[in-house]
Amino acid sequence: MKKLKITPIKNGTVIDHISPGLALKVLRVLKIPETTTSVVSVAINVNSRMGKKDIVKVENRELDTKEVDKIALIAPKATINIIRNYEVIEKRTVHPPREIIGIVTCSNPTCISNAREPVQSRFLLVQDDPPRIRCYYCERDIEDIAEGIK
Amino acid sequence: MEFQHRDVISIKDFSKAEITSILSYAQKMVPYAKGKKNTIILSDKILSTLFFEPSTRTRLSFESAMHRLGGQVIGFADPSATSQKKGECLADTIRMADAYSDAIVVRHPQEGAARLAAEFSEAPVLNAGDGAGQHPTQCLLDLFTIKTEKNKIEGNHVVLVGDLKYGRTVHSLAYALALFGAELTFVSPESLRMPKEVIQECKEFGVNLNNTSNLERAIKDADVLYVTRIQRERFPDAEEYNRVVGTYKIDLELLKHAKENLIIMHPLPRIVEIDSSVDLTPHALYFKQAFNGVPVRMALLSLIFGGTLI
Repeated sequence: MKKLKITPIKNGTVIDHISPGLALKVLRVLKIPETTTSVVSVAINVNSRMGKKDIVKVENRELDTKEVDKIALIAPKATINIIRNYEVIEKRTVHPPREIIGIVTCSNPTCISNAREPVQSRFLLVQDDPPRIRCYYCERDIEDIAEGIK
Repeated sequence: MEFQHRDVISIKDFSKAEITSILSYAQKMVPYAKGKKNTIILSDKILSTLFFEPSTRTRLSFESAMHRLGGQVIGFADPSATSQKKGECLADTIRMADAYSDAIVVRHPQEGAARLAAEFSEAPVLNAGDGAGQHPTQCLLDLFTIKTEKNKIEGNHVVLVGDLKYGRTVHSLAYALALFGAELTFVSPESLRMPKEVIQECKEFGVNLNNTSNLERAIKDADVLYVTRIQRERFPDAEEYNRVVGTYKIDLELLKHAKENLIIMHPLPRIVEIDSSVDLTPHALYFKQAFNGVPVRMALLSLIFGGTLI
C-alpha cells in the first residue's frame, strides 16, 4: 500500500509545483512560521510526472493577491490550490505581475527608493521565467528576489 | 516625434530616430553656442539647476545653454545652503522648484533620483547625473562629438576604459553606442567591470562586444578611446580605491599603438588617467567634447520648451 508522505489538509492552501529547492524561500516570503500557528507541511524534492518539485501546505489560511504575487516572483511554475473541507475548490497558476509595487526592496543601497522619500518601491518585470525584475528608479536588476521581498 | 514638455531621465527613453534628430538640431545650435549668432527663443522661461553633487561642466554648460537661448536660471550648486540641510526630502525640494520654474535640471548622488523627481514635477526634469546611474545629456554630447568627428556613429570601434562600474557616463553611452551599431570594447580592472545589465542590453542589439583588462591590445584598432576617471566618491572604502587608481594611463607611449585618426574622449574631470602631454596631440578631443555640451543642451532645452530656431 502506498503511504502519503504528507497527509491531505482539511482547510487551507496547497502550493504545488514549486521548483525543487525553493520551498523554504516560499515559506520565507509568506513569513512562516511568524504569521501562523496552524500546521505547515513542507516537502522538498518530491518525485512527480514532471520531475522533482517542492510542495508547501498551509492549514487554515488562504493567500491574498499580494502573497500570490510574491510566490509568482520566486516560483513562477507554482500552482495554488485552495482547500475547503478536503476539496480543492479553486486551483490557479501564478503569473508574475508586470509591475511590482511595494513588495520588493531594491537591493541597491544607494537607490533613491531606499531613501526617506514619499514613494513605494517599484519594479518592472523584464523576464518571466526565471523572473528578472528591474528597479524603476535605479534601473538595476535585483540579484535575489526572495531576499528583497518585504 | 514629440519632445515638448518631455522629461530627459535616461537615454533609453529615446529612440534612435529621436536621438538622431536631437543631434541634428544640436549642429544648428553651434554658432549660437559660440556666440556668433543670437537668439532669445526662451526669453520667457526659467530653468532650475539643482546640483546636490559637485559639477563644473554639466552645470555651467546647462546654464550657458539657457542664457544663450535668452532664458533665466535659478538654482544651487551646494545643497548645504538649502533646506536639504534641515532634512527636507528630495520630493519636496522638487515641488518647490516646480513652482518656481519651467524646467528642472537635477544632479543627485542617489540612483533613480531624477526619475523620482519627475514624479513630483509638472515641469520637465532633465537628469544631470544620478549617482552611478544615468547621465543622458552627457551621453548625447558624447554621441554628438563622435558623429561630428567621425561623420557617423555606427561601425566605429569604441573602447571604453576605466571605471565602468561606477562611471555613470559609460552606462548611458554603451547602451546608445550599441543602439547605433558601434563595436564596443570594455577595458577595466576586474573589480570595476561594466554592470551585467548594461552588457545584456548591449548584446540585445547584436553588436560586437569584448571585455578585457588589456588596454594596449584593445587600442590597436580603436577609432574612439573613451576614458573615464576612477570614481573615488563612489567607492565603499579608500583601500579598494587605492588598489585600482592609476591602473590605466593614457600617454604618448601607449598612443604609439593607436591608429592615426584615433580620437580620445573623456567626460572630465581627469585626474591621472590622461597625461597632459596627450593634450597637444590631434587625438585629444576632450575639451572640444566639453564645449559640445552647450549646443547639445541648447537643442534639448529648446525642444522640450517647444522653441524653434528660425
